[in-house]
Amino acid sequence: MTSINIIVNSQPVEVAKGLTLREFIAAHIGKELNEDSTAKDGSKLGLAAAVNGAVVPRSSWNARQLEDGQNLDIVTAAQGG
Amino acid sequence: MMNSQEITDLNATTDPFVVAGRTLSSRLVLGTGGATSMATLESALSISGTELTTVAIRHFSAAGSTNVYELLNRNNVLALPNTAGCFTARDAVLTAQLAREALETNWIKLEVIADEHTLLPDPLELYSATEQLVAEGFDVFAYTNDDPALAQRLQDVGVAAIMPAGAPIGSGLGILNPHNISTIVARANVPVILDAGVGTASDAALAMELGCDAVLLASAVTRAHNAPLMAAAMRDGVKAGRAAYLAGRIPRRDTALASSPTEGMMQTLVGEF
Repeated sequence: MTSINIIVNSQPVEVAKGLTLREFIAAHIGKELNEDSTAKDGSKLGLAAAVNGAVVPRSSWNARQLEDGQNLDIVTAAQGG
Repeated sequence: MMNSQEITDLNATTDPFVVAGRTLSSRLVLGTGGATSMATLESALSISGTELTTVAIRHFSAAGSTNVYELLNRNNVLALPNTAGCFTARDAVLTAQLAREALETNWIKLEVIADEHTLLPDPLELYSATEQLVAEGFDVFAYTNDDPALAQRLQDVGVAAIMPAGAPIGSGLGILNPHNISTIVARANVPVILDAGVGTASDAALAMELGCDAVLLASAVTRAHNAPLMAAAMRDGVKAGRAAYLAGRIPRRDTALASSPTEGMMQTLVGEF
């Protein structure tokens, strides 16, 4: 199996080629996701993702394959004024 | 709202706070930044009575995940995501888009900062980002300088609320230019939320007395020695200031004006006046 290198939240990560954004995020956050990328346990994810500085809507996570060299940001709410 | 002369007590019915199409019963917006622990934050939020609170948008971390989002959902507090830390319109727009996706809200507190020393808004980048976000359907809560001209321009673009700074973020210096805040209020046709600089309860009360529709503060509570107690002080300060504004303060005079009548005084004392 070939792998690719991407940057996730400023950290280099090696992942399997052909992995979708939905599959990667599910593994990254430790939650199972439905095909439409909602959480299988019914909880609100409170997450958003951007690839190379452009938002990828949750509805497109399943169709989006990760590619070598991509910069992925996964964000959530944090404490802030 | 009722005629202010008929109000004897402020509550959600007599004095609702309507912003971006939602009605809130509290005019205190509490930021979540700076709290030393989630337990302290939750306690402060609860005591403050706030229904709306700001959050930042940051990288997800599976390890150090202190889940603010779950805390807000659990306490029925609405999240107002901000674009804190953005120096350009481009970064602020991307952050707003991510916030909309993550938190499923069109509300965004737009902060575009000029420099780290003052943390004051960069007017040009702020204006540019406001134009883009309004065009994309966001309800923009624009954190702005206490500049009536800029506030007017932001209002003309279509912001949901104007949020002038009382003083630099986290400074606790209070309201440095009350006259400008009054001018912004007088010309506003959207809510004005005093944002930044509040140090203590009298600052929050003053903001409301100047006619602001609400006050946003974070550090003054989260960094206070006793955060929950300061949250209570802010809650009461906002209420007192709002009540005083609606009640209508007496005009300032250069000379005294006796409140006791001079008529009916004992004859022996009259001559001494």
